Amino acid sequence: MWIYEKKLQYPVRVSKCDPQMAKFLMEQYGGADGELAAALRYLNQRYTIPDKVIGLLTDIGTEEFAHLEMIATMVYKLTKDATVEQLEAAGLGAHYAAHDKALFYENAAGVPWTAAYIQAKGDPIADLYEDIAAEEKARATYQWLIDMTDDVDLQDSLRFLREREIVHSLRFREAVEILKEEQDRKKFF
Amino acid sequence: MYSQTRVYFPYVSPFDPCPPIRVKTFQVNPQLFIGFQPENLPQFSPMEALRHGVLWPALYSPYAGRGDQEGLEG
Repeated sequence: MWIYEKKLQYPVRVSKCDPQMAKFLMEQYGGADGELAAALRYLNQRYTIPDKVIGLLTDIGTEEFAHLEMIATMVYKLTKDATVEQLEAAGLGAHYAAHDKALFYENAAGVPWTAAYIQAKGDPIADLYEDIAAEEKARATYQWLIDMTDDVDLQDSLRFLREREIVHSLRFREAVEILKEEQDRKKFF
Repeated sequence: MYSQTRVYFPYVSPFDPCPPIRVKTFQVNPQLFIGFQPENLPQFSPMEALRHGVLWPALYSPYAGRGDQEGLEG
């Protein structure tokens, strides 16, 4: 069960009219290493992972949905007032043909999201290593997105999201350490 | 703080079609070096932490854009 707070995790302000940036941001919305893939990956893996790290996957998976909302807000703000001509010029003509201005789970190239992007191998180490890789790939994506815009307000929100990927990566690395230690830990009473 | 950017110098062929970028960079951020986070690390103030997205300066990673396309080789 979840409790919803009707506010964003971090403010999203977009100051530059740049519909093409919406297209690029879609990579973090419905891309292979995007926030949707992250949330669904972690929240699904947590059922078959040792008890000690279930809570971590729940917490991080939940936070990914908060990030998904932020990306959606960015995309919406960048497209809601664009004319059809502007959307076409931004490379979003095909998107408009299929979806009008509705958001849809697809990547920057318009490829729809698929569960094939994520894995649940049932092996705790394999799953956590995939999670670490996913965080690092998302961090890199945020870097490239920051590089592609000169809107300092948009960059500010993207930098926050990038920092969260770094924190999540460390937490997954710590989860691996916890599972490694369990076996031969010496308990003194 | 130590640099979170690493630099390398790729091979440049005399037959390359485009003007070469001689310096390339990539990121190595704090999570790679911490292992298991120690307890009681120094903390940002709450307002700073909210802005940065992280509570501990040891895990903070500013990103100002990649250097190799913005005149780092100058």
